[in-house]
Amino acid sequence: MKSVRIGNGCGFWGDNLDAPIRLAADGRLDYLTLEYLAELTMSILAVQRQKNPASGYATDFIDVLSRLTPILADQPQLKIITNAGGMNPHGCVSAAREATARAGLNGLRFGVISGDDLMPQLDELLAAGHTLNHIDTGQPLETIRDRVVSANAYLGAEPIVQALKRGARIVVTGRVADASLTVGPAAFEFGWGFGAADLDRLAAATVAGHLIECGAQVTGGLWINADDRTRLGDVGYPIAEVAEDGTFIITKPTGSGGTVNIETVSEQLLYEVADPSQYFTPDVIADFTTVKLSSSGVDAVAVTGGTGNGTTDTYKVSIAYRDGFMAAGTLVIAGPQAERKARRSGAILLERLQRAGLTFAATHVEVLGAGDCLPGVVPATGDPPEVVLRVAVRDPRRAAVERFTKEFAPLVTAGFAGTTGYTTGRPPVREVFAYWPSLIQKSAVTPVVEVL
Amino acid sequence: MPIVSLSTLAHGRSGDKGNHANVAVIAYTDAGYAWLNDHLTAERVQSYFAPLGLTGVERFAVPNIRAWNFLLYDVLAGGASRSLRSDTQGKTLAVALLRMPIEVPEELLAQVAPASA
Repeated sequence: MKSVRIGNGCGFWGDNLDAPIRLAADGRLDYLTLEYLAELTMSILAVQRQKNPASGYATDFIDVLSRLTPILADQPQLKIITNAGGMNPHGCVSAAREATARAGLNGLRFGVISGDDLMPQLDELLAAGHTLNHIDTGQPLETIRDRVVSANAYLGAEPIVQALKRGARIVVTGRVADASLTVGPAAFEFGWGFGAADLDRLAAATVAGHLIECGAQVTGGLWINADDRTRLGDVGYPIAEVAEDGTFIITKPTGSGGTVNIETVSEQLLYEVADPSQYFTPDVIADFTTVKLSSSGVDAVAVTGGTGNGTTDTYKVSIAYRDGFMAAGTLVIAGPQAERKARRSGAILLERLQRAGLTFAATHVEVLGAGDCLPGVVPATGDPPEVVLRVAVRDPRRAAVERFTKEFAPLVTAGFAGTTGYTTGRPPVREVFAYWPSLIQKSAVTPVVEVL
Repeated sequence: MPIVSLSTLAHGRSGDKGNHANVAVIAYTDAGYAWLNDHLTAERVQSYFAPLGLTGVERFAVPNIRAWNFLLYDVLAGGASRSLRSDTQGKTLAVALLRMPIEVPEELLAQVAPASA
């Protein structure tokens, strides 16, 4: 049976920069996918683009692509699918073309997928009755309209298929469902449609995409039973070898570190999943409770089943809006009764600010090492030799948060004996972009495919 | 009855869904999965994480991989974008839940742990 090897070399913006190069070099891939966009990445990119219209995409991709150029020259079958386009897929492709040309690879055809960005027509959509209510609270978007910085529909795999059909070798998208980066090339290779006849195959490929979208999380990263023998320092990134009938094998390059086994695949199957019998994507509603896993040799797990239970008539929309400012700083407190002293130091810090007339919309004091990561859930034991004091605040006023960041250093001389760790200067203030998940009728969104 | 930590019977992983989080608990054996069906209820998980101020817990069965998926509502104090915690995304919820003390009958102990352990 015909099969296609799809490897994912990047699970988020900030992931290991060498992983895509090593995966493409050693993975015998047909497709390399690179996933850069977490929910809040889009708001950060939107603000960048406001300042500079040429920016607003995942710049790491350009560096990675420059280094991939010799591999693209050596492996004529290799194609790349990435959502690095972020808020500016066209800008991303311009930079990508420049980078590959500089490396001597000319004549590459780039697919550009846009239309996910709803900001240009947001008021028209609202006026037409698309109220974009918050999925959980039901509140209409109108209540925060003036603070919205980005609004993107999660597009599906169909535009990726179209770009590949039109000869694109590198497909750059804006916001696309993560699993669709894998569903697209599989559907293109095997001629699957997006109607009822192919729903189970789309669901199976969605499972494959879901399993590899977070990179090393299926090859040993985050695995509960990982130990020194797992060689996470040299962890191999995942490959889904998808067959024409939708069954597939999850594996990784031979000789790389990490582990692929039923435990790693099971853990990742449910990662960030709500109802496993209804995993919603723009392509299909996939049922993960029909998936069967079996060992298929060393670092290889065969995945069968995975059924499609229809499709939705809506796209998910990820909206971000301005929600004030926050900052968090840390100090190390050592010595006997470190926990008590750290807690007192945190209180002193906030008391001093209160004396200066500053209270905050929200504050949080953590004593890390004493069980505060999930406060009250896992009790501390004993008297740790040192702890980390972390204090965080959030407030609508930037100036108040700025003032907060100046209150850590004084504790180095005015606090308890054994206070240290103030080496990185005042903590940075960052703007908060709150998350507003919503849905929109598919008919109100027009995906745009160009091959340039 | 002997008391062991949940990690004796199961492994798992957690992640965020906005201000909610999910914790997958995957049993090592069929016997362990059957035991957890009755002893790792949504109510018990909710009470374990009560200090975090969550508003509810829903449990989904995933028998094909011997798993329970727990959806913890409003557990992240604002979620990735605005929570003031270190763990904004609930990454540590699974390792915390696997510390839960759980009673297992003596005669069942040998049947719930992974074969290799």
